[in-house]
Amino acid sequence: MEASKNKKKWGLREDIQRRWQLYLMLLLPLLYITLFCYIPMGGIVIAFKNYSFRKGIMGSEWVGLKYFIQFFTNPDMARLLRNTLIISIYQLIASFPTPIILALALHIIGGTRFKKFMQSLTYAPYFISTVVLVGIVLQCLHLNIGIVNSVLDFLGFDRVDFMGRVSYFRHIYVWSGVWQVTGYSAIIYIAALGNVDQSLVEASLIDGANRLHRIRIVELPALKPIITIQLILAIGSIMGVGFEKVYLMQNNLNLPVSEIISTYVFKRGLRDMQYSFATAVGLFNSLVNFILLFTANKISQKFGETSLW
Amino acid sequence: MQASSQTQYQGTKIKLYHTLPDRILLACVWILLMAIAVVILVPVLFILASSFSDAKAVSAGKVFLWPVDFSLAGYRVIFESPNIVKGFLNSVAYTVVGTIVSVTLTLLAGYPLSRSDLKIRKPVMILFTITMFFSGGMIPTYMVVSRLHLIDSFWAMILPSAMGVWNVILIKTYIQSSIPLEIFESASIDGCSDWKYFINMVIPLAKPIIAVMVLLYAVGKWNDFFSALLYLNDTAKSPMQLILRNVLVTNDSSGMVMRLEEQMSRQELKTLMQYSLVVVSSLPVMLLYPFIQKYFVKGIMMGSIKG
Repeated sequence: MEASKNKKKWGLREDIQRRWQLYLMLLLPLLYITLFCYIPMGGIVIAFKNYSFRKGIMGSEWVGLKYFIQFFTNPDMARLLRNTLIISIYQLIASFPTPIILALALHIIGGTRFKKFMQSLTYAPYFISTVVLVGIVLQCLHLNIGIVNSVLDFLGFDRVDFMGRVSYFRHIYVWSGVWQVTGYSAIIYIAALGNVDQSLVEASLIDGANRLHRIRIVELPALKPIITIQLILAIGSIMGVGFEKVYLMQNNLNLPVSEIISTYVFKRGLRDMQYSFATAVGLFNSLVNFILLFTANKISQKFGETSLW
Repeated sequence: MQASSQTQYQGTKIKLYHTLPDRILLACVWILLMAIAVVILVPVLFILASSFSDAKAVSAGKVFLWPVDFSLAGYRVIFESPNIVKGFLNSVAYTVVGTIVSVTLTLLAGYPLSRSDLKIRKPVMILFTITMFFSGGMIPTYMVVSRLHLIDSFWAMILPSAMGVWNVILIKTYIQSSIPLEIFESASIDGCSDWKYFINMVIPLAKPIIAVMVLLYAVGKWNDFFSALLYLNDTAKSPMQLILRNVLVTNDSSGMVMRLEEQMSRQELKTLMQYSLVVVSSLPVMLLYPFIQKYFVKGIMMGSIKG
């Protein structure tokens, strides 16, 4: 009580004197944030400079938008942007509704042991590493010894070279992602369904609504705020398609559709040492991303829905 | 929550799912869930079964969901190859040290920020939150790591992604909502310093959330492939995930010249080993899974609902 009353009278110096231990505790985290978050943000400036290791960031000469122009006039640019957008929008469309459907399905069957089992089973793949996931995909879809082709063969169909055909890359990428994260993403919806207003459920039962009606008038409205927030976040991460998984799934055959902006940044930057150019491309990516997030949030606000900030 | 809603249903004595559309819906839901269970289990069982099968059977594509000609050859190859064992041990070291460093940093940030009486709380919070939306990106971060001479060092796997701001917010929210400031005020009258209070009161009371942190960071560190790809060139320091990538994805072979039949059986053994390697590298996380189930879900809900 006393402390909170005195709070406003103290200046910063007095606060530091009285709580120097708290300030000391914050020192390491602040050092971390500065070193690995803010200094790299400052490092973005090399996108506008012709960076050379010898001259350092400060000494390198200023070239303005040269690298951005170089990227926009690059014949690869349209393809990269297209690949990035197609994969991420496809991913959004496929992986956004599935957790909601899973949560509703589990909600409908109710508090049985099977429900508990299904929950544990569905979110287990989330904890598998990306490398292992890609490994499992490659093994299951292997042309000669993968189980999918063994089953196709057994049923009398032709074997399919899933990883060798360009047209399959996006489907495999997106649906293996659905396989991995649906259960995990459903947790939040399951929690929300547990808090559905019971009086609404009873009222709808008395009114004789059937189960499908009740989902529409009781459960879906209860999920609406969470769905909105998740959708804003998902739209905001459209350009942030996981570098790791795309990079791991790339092979020479699927490169025309699997090269996306982040893998391009990695290759041009760290493999070819074109630091400035790669940083410019990366910055463009983050900018588009932020604009998308901002717009999605604005639209949501306009419709009187939930907002992130 | 679910249990209470069930009793509510029974309390109102209304028989659920008695109409035809309801029954059809319920049947569809069961079929859907069964299908999901099959889709999740089949790949996992296929990998497990293959890993315990004979190399010839695997390479002939004879294995479905049960081992064919049971054998442990795949596992033997793994435990006999020194760089895989080394990679496994490297990963253990990165995970243990990384988790300790990360949890410590997160607690050191989370506790002061939970103190509403701290003057610089707001500006520091803003400073932290900004990093959730903006980052320097791959190349500028790489340059900082390189300037700090961390490339190819043990600490390259630990430091660059040591603290997650989201986790700091989780800790802060938990402490604020479950440990009232009044406890500190009365303790400080008795002469308890901030540090002593943090060690003797906050940490013991925050155990559930610390458990969540440990799991989050440990799984993240064990599965981390990105840092190794970016910052490590020295193969002696490779973690399991990088070795796994080389074996599974790029199909890297040690390039020994052998007689054809030896090469044949070697190829078969290599194929078999890929399955065992997937199992071995996922084992630590799977061993943690019961704890994950106990704490993780709660942690996510805490974060998503209160945060």
